[in-house]
Amino acid sequence: MAIEIEQPSVGLSRVAVSETHGEDSPYFAGWKAYDENPYDEVKNPSGVIQMGLAENQVSFDLLEEYLEQNLESSTWGNGNSSFRENALFQDYHGLKAFSKAMASFMEQIRGGRAKFDPNRIVLTAGATAANELLTFILADPGDALLVPTPYYPGFDRDLRWRTGVKIVPVHCNSTNNFQVTPEALEDAYSKAQAMNIKVRGLLITNPSNPLGATIQRSVLEEILEFVTRKNIHLVSDEIYSGSVFSSSEFTSIAEILEVQKYRNAERVHIVYSLSKDLGLPGFRVGTIYSYNDQVVTTARRMSSFSLVSSQTQNLLASMLSDSKFTENYIRTNRERLRKRYELIIEGLRKAGIECLKGNGGLFCWMNLSPFLDKPTREGELDLWNSIVQEVKLNISPGSSCHCSEPGWFRVCFANMSEQTLEIALKRINDFMEKRKRSWLLFSNL
Amino acid sequence: MMTGLRRNPENEEDPKGTSGGGGTAMRIIVPLQGVVQGRGGLILGSVIPCALFYFLQLYLRRNRSNSSSPPSPSQSSGQLVEPSGLPRSSSSLFSRSSTAPAYISSRANTIAKSADAPYYVGLKKVTEDPYDTLNNPDGVIQLGLAENTLSLDLVRDWLAENVKDSIIGAGGGGDLSIRGIATYQPFDGLMEFKVAVAGFMSQVMDRSVSFNPSQIVLTSGATPALEILSFCLADAGNAFLVPSPYYPGFDRDIKWRTGVELIPVPCRSTDNFSLSITALDRAFNQAKKRGLKVRGVLISNPSNPVGSLMSWDTLYSLLDFAREKNIHIISDEIFAGSTYGDQEFVSIARVLDSEDFDRSRVHIIYGLSKDLSLPGFRVGVIYSFNENVIAAAKKLARFSSISAPTQHLLTSMLSDARFIQEYIETNRKRIQIMYLAFVEGLKQLGIECMQSSGGFYCWANMSGLSRSYSEKGELELWDKLLNIAKINVTPGSSCHCIEPGWFRCCFTTLTENDIPVVMERIRKISETCRS
Repeated sequence: MAIEIEQPSVGLSRVAVSETHGEDSPYFAGWKAYDENPYDEVKNPSGVIQMGLAENQVSFDLLEEYLEQNLESSTWGNGNSSFRENALFQDYHGLKAFSKAMASFMEQIRGGRAKFDPNRIVLTAGATAANELLTFILADPGDALLVPTPYYPGFDRDLRWRTGVKIVPVHCNSTNNFQVTPEALEDAYSKAQAMNIKVRGLLITNPSNPLGATIQRSVLEEILEFVTRKNIHLVSDEIYSGSVFSSSEFTSIAEILEVQKYRNAERVHIVYSLSKDLGLPGFRVGTIYSYNDQVVTTARRMSSFSLVSSQTQNLLASMLSDSKFTENYIRTNRERLRKRYELIIEGLRKAGIECLKGNGGLFCWMNLSPFLDKPTREGELDLWNSIVQEVKLNISPGSSCHCSEPGWFRVCFANMSEQTLEIALKRINDFMEKRKRSWLLFSNL
Repeated sequence: MMTGLRRNPENEEDPKGTSGGGGTAMRIIVPLQGVVQGRGGLILGSVIPCALFYFLQLYLRRNRSNSSSPPSPSQSSGQLVEPSGLPRSSSSLFSRSSTAPAYISSRANTIAKSADAPYYVGLKKVTEDPYDTLNNPDGVIQLGLAENTLSLDLVRDWLAENVKDSIIGAGGGGDLSIRGIATYQPFDGLMEFKVAVAGFMSQVMDRSVSFNPSQIVLTSGATPALEILSFCLADAGNAFLVPSPYYPGFDRDIKWRTGVELIPVPCRSTDNFSLSITALDRAFNQAKKRGLKVRGVLISNPSNPVGSLMSWDTLYSLLDFAREKNIHIISDEIFAGSTYGDQEFVSIARVLDSEDFDRSRVHIIYGLSKDLSLPGFRVGVIYSFNENVIAAAKKLARFSSISAPTQHLLTSMLSDARFIQEYIETNRKRIQIMYLAFVEGLKQLGIECMQSSGGFYCWANMSGLSRSYSEKGELELWDKLLNIAKINVTPGSSCHCIEPGWFRCCFTTLTENDIPVVMERIRKISETCRS
């Protein structure tokens, strides 16, 4: 009888087979449920409503209007030479006009309270690339970044996967609205030291994802003091800065640095993108803004792996430097997001659900801990499972954001129409009513 | 530029700074060590300073002060304001200051060194003083960048006629909805764009092979395509064999962040720089002896910098070799549509089609930067026959995605088969005309080139002009060419060529009138060299 010898199949790398992409976690399992049965107002009204995607669709009309009126001039600029430059342009310095436009847009968002130098802007294909790039630059494999919890689940993949860098969580809790405290920072730092892990930086998201709240000025100052004392870097991911409902409530780290005349600035780096504030994630436009010359130079070279299409840069340069448009957009966008936020908060309150007081972002941080069967991660995932399967809403469980308290959920509200949001709220209301009744029934037995 | 640690009289440098070990502590220990060694010998001389150093660290940790010092002002940014005074919190010798710059990774530091390589120095010189027929006739002529402007007019004209419908909404005057392109798209590219790219790839290869869109992962340029593929096929510390001379960019694209080594497999002019399986085998065994695990072979076909095409037989033997060693093959076919001359281009995909090889080890890199003259748009392709690689690469593509409006625009363009056909044919003719004129010009100067059938460049043997047959001689000649003749060419050493004196000269950004200018400049140099 012939013996079958199995041919060795050619191997793949550890990176390729690793699970660090995280796509098997609950965060993404909910997405699968949505993909298989997506809600559609007309064609599938009983489908799963996607409330797990932080996308901003509330201000598309403004963009459409602008592009319609300005498409010709947006496309190639004037004349022959512009096209030629555009087609060949793969300079990692970015189109000058576009870097300038990004800098001025970032200034506008901060109400002019901070200045941005276009020469410090490094363009990347999205903030995902920006965060990974910074991690490659600031840390070696085996080193760590401190990240306050709860945090955006994508960080596990973006900061760790190819870089080999670890994340050490800085635990925050509801007793003080999940704000970062110096004690929590010290605690995380010591834990890392005890494990012989070198901490290279702290990464904060401001306004926070998933909390939907800005970091207070005093906390930012404490954070700056901490990183200075430990001589580590500070990355401030300000991707939602333009989505704070009221401009005065957002303090960028840039403002604090400017006030203290850029003392200790060379350890600070800001990440931004047009994916959230401008609702253009498909365009893949992100940026690193660094106060450190070496980081700027290195990031620029490394951005070769992640350049923004010159055509896109050209297309957006005129739009972003049109200050009349951007002022109106920023203001209108903020207002609409605020209205949406109030709508969902009110709707949830009617259903007996409280949320963390938020003031920015595309989502709210919902507290379902009183309704857990067990105050554990399992309890949370059980509840989450019912919500996905029965209520047919895809929301993000706090455990996927590494929240230390079970029962919190992130609910996105800006990636759908108002009608859809109302329907989602009704479903939640019905679900809560049903639970109340069955709980009452149960407690009367 | 950062001026590094700043001395100031009040606060000493942080001894635990990134320079690893620090000024303050050493100033105490070294004299002590000397004293101790005199009396107590080597052992005491080591132990006591170590103990002292240990206690010093303990003391420092307890006596941390929060003094902060101003950062070095950056000269490149006018925005950073000179700090006005120093906080005087402590004048203790051991106060911790934060003038030590926060750490930059070793990965980041390696790239700082590469900036001095001739490849980059030359590019910089051109940027500073670019040749222009009218406005700057004495400027540096760029022959070091493989870019093609010969047929840009065709692309520009197409866009001028078709752009409005192409960017936003379905190509063909559809609704101007931004919703279609603004929202999150699949990170590895839109399916309709993959279909268009698959069709284009087939077209540039004269339909000798067809490509399946679901085996395509799109990335923002061939640079990330190659890096992502490397991340998938090899671990840090593993290696790829690469026939040399090879494209200098490979060193950055592959080695930098992945940690994968590149082992050059030298090819010789006597073989017309073609790949020798014997040499490949030798290199594989040598690597094994050194404890380096070879995970694949990386070839470029058409070759950069030589411009030659791989024969069917060589590809076949390569596939055999890969099967025998159980390794991958990465075939960079980015110049596949930029061929001219009589020899036919054979894609590795075509050889796979014909025989029963194990396809799971073959991967092709492609892109639109060369064949479509659109490097700025950032379109790269990983084409793999291995579904696990495709799955992994798809997830990694999120770090290097192509902008959606660009995808829409190009989908329209690539789907215009008639235009693409005209473009490919016209472009090929124009490249050939320039190639022949350029090579003839060099021939007149006594400089012979390797026979090329593809790419934007010729591979010229200038060893006759070099003072010594060595890398030193080659670089001296390169320097003369750059700074005296003011032409930027790529020296063979940058391409890891084992024979000195070869240079890659790109001619596709020139006009026919520029060629005599280039030749004249070289002639002047050659006169001084030959005397």
